[in-house]
Amino acid sequence: MSYQARFKVWRGDADGGGLADFEVTVNEGEVVLDVVHRLQATAAPDLAVRWNCKAGKCGSCSAEINGRPRLLCMTRMSVFDPAETVTITPLRAFPVLRDLVTDVSYNYAKAREVPSFVPPAELGPGQYRMKQEDVNRVQEFRKCIECFLCQNTCHVVRDHEENKQAFAGPRFLMRVAELDMHPLDAAAEAGVDRRRGAREEHGLGYCNITKCCTEVCPEHIKITDNALIPLKERVVDRSYDPLVWLGSKIRRRKA
Amino acid sequence: MATGTDPETAAAGHAPARGVHHSTRAAIPAPHLRADRWWLSPAVTAAGLLAFVVYSTWRAFAGADYYAAPYVSPFYSPCLADNCVEMKGGADWGLVGSWWGLSPALLVLIFPLGFRLTCYYYRKAYYRGFWASPPACAVPEPHKKYSGETRFPLILQNVHRYFFYFAVLVAGILTYDAVLGFRDADGAWGHMGLGTLVLLANIALIWAYTLSCHSCRHIVGGRLRNFSKHPVRYRMWGWVSALNARHMQLAWASLVSVAVADFYVYLVASGAFSDPRFF
Repeated sequence: MSYQARFKVWRGDADGGGLADFEVTVNEGEVVLDVVHRLQATAAPDLAVRWNCKAGKCGSCSAEINGRPRLLCMTRMSVFDPAETVTITPLRAFPVLRDLVTDVSYNYAKAREVPSFVPPAELGPGQYRMKQEDVNRVQEFRKCIECFLCQNTCHVVRDHEENKQAFAGPRFLMRVAELDMHPLDAAAEAGVDRRRGAREEHGLGYCNITKCCTEVCPEHIKITDNALIPLKERVVDRSYDPLVWLGSKIRRRKA
Repeated sequence: MATGTDPETAAAGHAPARGVHHSTRAAIPAPHLRADRWWLSPAVTAAGLLAFVVYSTWRAFAGADYYAAPYVSPFYSPCLADNCVEMKGGADWGLVGSWWGLSPALLVLIFPLGFRLTCYYYRKAYYRGFWASPPACAVPEPHKKYSGETRFPLILQNVHRYFFYFAVLVAGILTYDAVLGFRDADGAWGHMGLGTLVLLANIALIWAYTLSCHSCRHIVGGRLRNFSKHPVRYRMWGWVSALNARHMQLAWASLVSVAVADFYVYLVASGAFSDPRFF
């Protein structure tokens, strides 16, 4: 069954813009990205939108629909009332380039700041062996498609541009957690202290665990419960817990 | 430090627009475009927490009607001051001595209060509900500056695990109190009343909430890098993780149950209600 739906789509660039009204046909089974494509094919051929796989796996078509950060390709039109006006805007935490396209280079800069996996010195290529129970936690984080919806919704940078310098955002703190939990990462042996880095370089203390990153994650990764809070606890081990410090001095044990 | 992430400096004489109204972002006058009832969840959370704060403040300062043999209110156990009523066989230890003149509940409530105040779930709840930081996802917070938990006083949230240790002790004592509920008012075993059930339900929820704590999850096994080398801790971590997934529900359920248990004891102790006895 088809119907005529009303849309408001943000059109503009870094110099300004506004919400433009459109009326467009919606067919049964369609997602918001289908409608955006129909707009491009009909009323707005120059509408800029970033997209790729249309299957929720490339993380390209992130936008805000009725004020909520979502993937355009994974938001079914059936969740809206046919009489409702659907508003589509670009991500509001990043600089806008044109229409629905934003400059997400902040995220790539933050990605470069995370020290990469350090291979263990005693193992060569092809010699890595890991048990499933040791990598389960890490594999959840590997589901990330880098859509940056979590980075966009996190109030630390969304509401405070000045914090972008000090705060890496949930996606890259999750990356730090992933590497710190990795059974073969030899960062400590190489002199890289990931826990100190999480606190001092990536701004973990800015996170006040209000869980918006988890709420918007299209891969349903429990970012807060499984990455950020465990990382906070690891930072407590490293920096705030005198008993753990004492234990590490006496027994020289490693987790 | 980062390439390309230095904040912009404001032009002289112009205050920079904040947050979603920053000059580089899409020019949208509305602070947010959410059309759903986003305010409902923080409002309900704040109302629930406020109701508990009001109730517990009244009961903590009352210093009366907290013991109706064999039941003791969870707000008043263990009783650490000399000014407690006599609790036959109960956790009535008077460690603080006779100089304490205020309600004995105040001495012990610091620990569960600290545990809940620094709890990762409650932090989310009151940051959203009371401090609007943020009130809801993609809804701007009203504060001009934000430093999160990097500075005093919020950096003290990192002591959560120490409150967890105390919470385990308190839960142990409340378990003892619940077991004492199987005695009658004269101290003879083999009794059970509605109060016994209330205390048992309360302590079950308290334990579930305490053990589902994120710090507990970390201590039990989360801090390990190789689970395969610690199979027992891995299994325990799995159990705690299963509980941890319901931490929010357990936080609320145990908050309600502790208030209900206290109110039940209050009703029985004040004579407003007579404890129905099963055997």
